[in-house]
Amino acid sequence: MNYIMAFLFSGFVCLIAQLIYDHSRLTPGHITSLFVVLGSFLDLFHIYDRLVDIFHAGALIPITSFGHSLMHGAMAATKEYGVFGIAMGMFDLTAAGISAAILFGFLVAILFKPKS
Amino acid sequence: MDRKEYDQLAESLKPTGHKMKNAFYAFLYGGVIGAIAQGVLEFFMNVYHVKQEDATPMMIITLVFISCLLTGLGIYDKLAQKAGAGTFIPITGFANSMTSCALDSQSEGLIMGIGSNMFKLGGTVITYGIVSSALLGVIRYVITLFG
Repeated sequence: MNYIMAFLFSGFVCLIAQLIYDHSRLTPGHITSLFVVLGSFLDLFHIYDRLVDIFHAGALIPITSFGHSLMHGAMAATKEYGVFGIAMGMFDLTAAGISAAILFGFLVAILFKPKS
Repeated sequence: MDRKEYDQLAESLKPTGHKMKNAFYAFLYGGVIGAIAQGVLEFFMNVYHVKQEDATPMMIITLVFISCLLTGLGIYDKLAQKAGAGTFIPITGFANSMTSCALDSQSEGLIMGIGSNMFKLGGTVITYGIVSSALLGVIRYVITLFG
């Protein structure tokens, strides 16, 4: 059941992105930025937390969850450090994804030859 | 012919059937990546006996690794041609954009090539993610102070 929910939500987000892509002049860069902003906006009223509870990985894998995690980490840190927590906790939850992407991206760029 | 006329002409000559097909493939590939992510997530939850929140970074690291490797092998870009948004919206697309930028600028050297070009496409996501989260975060912080 979790698999079906994850499939449906992740697919749905990609479907919306594809429709925007096909019916406008926006590039993938525009659309991913838009979705990240949307993700952090949805965290404002804890809507995205509910989506994660329902759809599990389906809501965690689209780039919207990146905005949500940035916001979530920032908000969790404000409880302890006040307004400075926004900057201090920003990367608390997303550190894994960014570090992994930098590290593995670098290793692949060193070890592989570009395919044209 | 000015730009408006050109746009109209270009619009009328565009094939129409492929938009439905693109949308279907984006849904399919995006959904499959979501289902794989769910599988990896449950695997780590069972192996390490942790909650979903704690297993999430492990799942993301695993998927980013797979995505970087597939990019290096040239498979991810082939998938992306068919799947469109189905491959650039999941977090794997972020890893793919960074890896392919680094890979393409390999010939320019370690510093000016790989080092400085890695965030060429992926950087926009981080920039706007942080700017919007900081703005909204300040708003929510002020609300919690007075609320």
